[in-house]
Amino acid sequence: MNFNFTEEQEMIRQAARDFAQRELIKDVIERDEKAIFPTQHVKMLKELGFLGMMVDPAYGGGGMDTLSYVLAMEEISKVDSSVAVIMSVHNSLVCYGIEKWGTEEQKEKYLKIMASGEKIGAFLLSEPEAGSDATSQRTMAEDKGDHYLVNGTKNWITNANCGEIYILIAQTHPEKKHHGINAFIVDKETTGISLAPHEDKMGMRSSDTHSVMFSDVKIPKENRIGEDGFGFKFAMKILEGGRIGIAAQALGIAGGALERSIQYSKERKAFGKLISQHQAIAFKLSDMAVKIEAGKNFTYKAAWLKDEGQQYGVAGAMAKQYCADMAMEVTTDAVQIHGGYGYVKEYHVERLMREAKLTQIYEGTSEIQKIVISRALLKD
Amino acid sequence: MSVLVYTENWDGKFKKLSFELVSYAKAIADQLNTEAVAVSIGNVEEDELKKLGNYGAKKIFNVQDEKLKNLANQPYAKIIAQVAEKEDANVLVFANNFTGKAVAPRVSVKLKAGLAGGVIELPSSLDPFMVKRKVFTNKAFANIKIKSEKKVLTLFQNSFEIKETENAASIENFTPEFSDADFRTEVKEVNKVTGKILLTDAEIVVSGGRGMKSPEKWEPLEELAEVLGGATACSRPVSDEGWRPHEEHVGQTGKIIAPNLYIALGISGAIQHLGGVSSSKIIVAVNTDKDAPIFEAADYGIVGDVHKILPQFIEAVKEVKAEG
Amino acid sequence: MKILVCISNVPDTTTKIKFKEDNKVFDTTGVQWIINPWDELALTRALELKEGSGGKIEKVSVALVGDKSSEPTIRKALAIGADDAFRVDTDPGDSFYVATQLKEIAKDYDIVLCGIESSDYTSSAVGGMLSEMLEWPSVSSVSRLNIEGDDVSIRREIDGGQEIVSSQMPFVGIVQKGIALEPRIPAMRGIMMARKKPLNVLEPIEAETLTEYENFEMPPPKAAVKLVDEENVKELVELLKNEAKAI
Repeated sequence: MNFNFTEEQEMIRQAARDFAQRELIKDVIERDEKAIFPTQHVKMLKELGFLGMMVDPAYGGGGMDTLSYVLAMEEISKVDSSVAVIMSVHNSLVCYGIEKWGTEEQKEKYLKIMASGEKIGAFLLSEPEAGSDATSQRTMAEDKGDHYLVNGTKNWITNANCGEIYILIAQTHPEKKHHGINAFIVDKETTGISLAPHEDKMGMRSSDTHSVMFSDVKIPKENRIGEDGFGFKFAMKILEGGRIGIAAQALGIAGGALERSIQYSKERKAFGKLISQHQAIAFKLSDMAVKIEAGKNFTYKAAWLKDEGQQYGVAGAMAKQYCADMAMEVTTDAVQIHGGYGYVKEYHVERLMREAKLTQIYEGTSEIQKIVISRALLKD
Repeated sequence: MSVLVYTENWDGKFKKLSFELVSYAKAIADQLNTEAVAVSIGNVEEDELKKLGNYGAKKIFNVQDEKLKNLANQPYAKIIAQVAEKEDANVLVFANNFTGKAVAPRVSVKLKAGLAGGVIELPSSLDPFMVKRKVFTNKAFANIKIKSEKKVLTLFQNSFEIKETENAASIENFTPEFSDADFRTEVKEVNKVTGKILLTDAEIVVSGGRGMKSPEKWEPLEELAEVLGGATACSRPVSDEGWRPHEEHVGQTGKIIAPNLYIALGISGAIQHLGGVSSSKIIVAVNTDKDAPIFEAADYGIVGDVHKILPQFIEAVKEVKAEG
Repeated sequence: MKILVCISNVPDTTTKIKFKEDNKVFDTTGVQWIINPWDELALTRALELKEGSGGKIEKVSVALVGDKSSEPTIRKALAIGADDAFRVDTDPGDSFYVATQLKEIAKDYDIVLCGIESSDYTSSAVGGMLSEMLEWPSVSSVSRLNIEGDDVSIRREIDGGQEIVSSQMPFVGIVQKGIALEPRIPAMRGIMMARKKPLNVLEPIEAETLTEYENFEMPPPKAAVKLVDEENVKELVELLKNEAKAI
């Protein structure tokens, strides 16, 4: 087994790190506090090619592998997970979905403008009453012959406002249950789509999250992805890959918390010596590092499996569950190491802790991951 | 044999740095049992040139030509090499400043002389010729051996004690050989800051960091610099934020300074910052965080708010100065 | 018109410097290597000039003297936008040796840019030596560089100010901070393209070194800071006057 990154992967990691440490760090506290959308930074993501970085260069993408993407996500999440989540939804959900299952016409029309980062994508699966249980879709997409007519509400949609190209999951044949679900590419400007106010979140406050309402929205037939009834399988397949991105995000959040804790404990003194020289702190740092290392192994392996064209569903679920829970623990420890300073915004770790919490919830809660993993274990 | 020192002038005048260089050259000449010789290029009055004698220069080559008013690396190097050959100089001393860094490497190629930049001491041995210099942007020292017959050194500012000696120098006008072809650069415009003490010259530097809170709050810092007769500087974040001009940035990637007294106000002391100021003789730090790394590097310190302390600091300096 | 930027591979500026083998050798354990910051700014400016030249500057190349381990640094320069690269496959020796190697490459260019110093051995010498070997003019401490037609306009930092200097071509510019605002972060497209750009590996030419490092030392540890109470600033000033003799 080769655990070395290639020269190129290392360069991508460093580029993401430079971007995060040089650009994202500026005003990140204020953006979070006031829930300011990072317009400038998304533009920089585009210029640096992080939007669409895995898409085939034939469609104008960066042609990078999943591991490179994981490394970039990790470095960006060390500083600002709001930006990381914009990037992750765009890349691992929307671009990947269209590239893998879209028709050539769909790729020409939609993938190209997303691979260049010109347009941002959003993924509309969750509903007020269908979060973890994605089978019970209430948003209806009625087959009207030459088009579908959509009515319903989607919830917790990242990039709902900045995104211009949606992938929508909706029910066409309720009697077939989840086999009746379809996926569509939807232009946000289509008549009948409206957004509810921005959600006032606990963390990742500067990414835009809204409910999206559909009222008699007409979607052309050719915008359906795959065969009739492919939507649920499609969504599940996409989330398999998405989990790797969120695992990387959690890994970055934990890594950022550790970096800050190491720095702080080497500067701060208590009882006449640096706190890093107190075993209580040193051991905590050690535990954090061990957990992060384990998380890296989970996540990089899942990415590697995907790049090798092997099954990565369970590996991705394990990576996501472990890293999300681990990030919560590590950031909590980081706040503890910082003491009172950890509880105020200036030192970043309280924000990282709030961000970690979301990684346990979105793109499949930790509990959902356990269902995925245990089902695989118990399958006859 | 001789030791040749290039003494730059500033509008016809020498300064402390020039005398430090001559003192250093003289000390090496003593080690080698030979004489120190200086070369000056540009318009300098005889009285001013003679000053170099007080620090041990036996002979001063005076090169005056209207064409040489401004620094041009190529002809300057050519002239200095000509003097070196005439005087059979086997050690050449330059300042480790903008001019020294511009000219010394060219001279070194002309004479095929090994170069040691940023030396801080006299050679520790003559055969082999060993000298100590700064490396890794002042975070370490190296003992370097120069293997060639001739040697070029650039001396790190404020590292050698100025010594006056009983000595009278002879001044010799030197007419170098050069042609128009040597002048392929031309100075079109000179913009000098006047009336302000230069950061790189200053004996005392008062420097502000993020702890100064905002660019509007710089006035007391400037006043302190003024009453101390020092220059003002700042840390990198401050210049990056545009609170202060880039020329004031001291640190590893900014200016590297070595004043007698460096006063760091509201600077936490990142490793890159210390790289640019650690050669200061005395460092004073004022910071609210008693655990800030600047206190590790400082000789004296006050833990407290810069803006509370500054007015008292200014008053105290005034009082102490008044006491004489 | 062609521009060559000479780059070196140096430890990241936050590296804690350590030595090994009886302080004779720099300890590279755990060191992150980067393009020397001044060289990177020089490269950034060269690329800006090329992009703004409307095709007049046809090529920006980079050159480095060092073994294979320095290739990631060269690839980064290519990813940032250099068109091609040269690596002279040898240990850098000293400034004189490096300049001798670079001369062979530089002679085919119109403008050669070097950083004013490297953040490792800090000799500030390669650019100046190279210009003398080429018998080209050189301008040091360049903080701004513009090319309009065949005119090269340079702002150079001097003690206490700045000068505007013009230079004939070919010339060597030795650059410092200010030449470009910030180094570029390589974009994915650049990283992808860097795979295909030529990285020419050259055998070193016969040359000598004039200097040699005997050993290294760390600065002596400083005595502990003397703290003065914030209510008693006068005491500090008196210490500075009477004890430190600094004012």
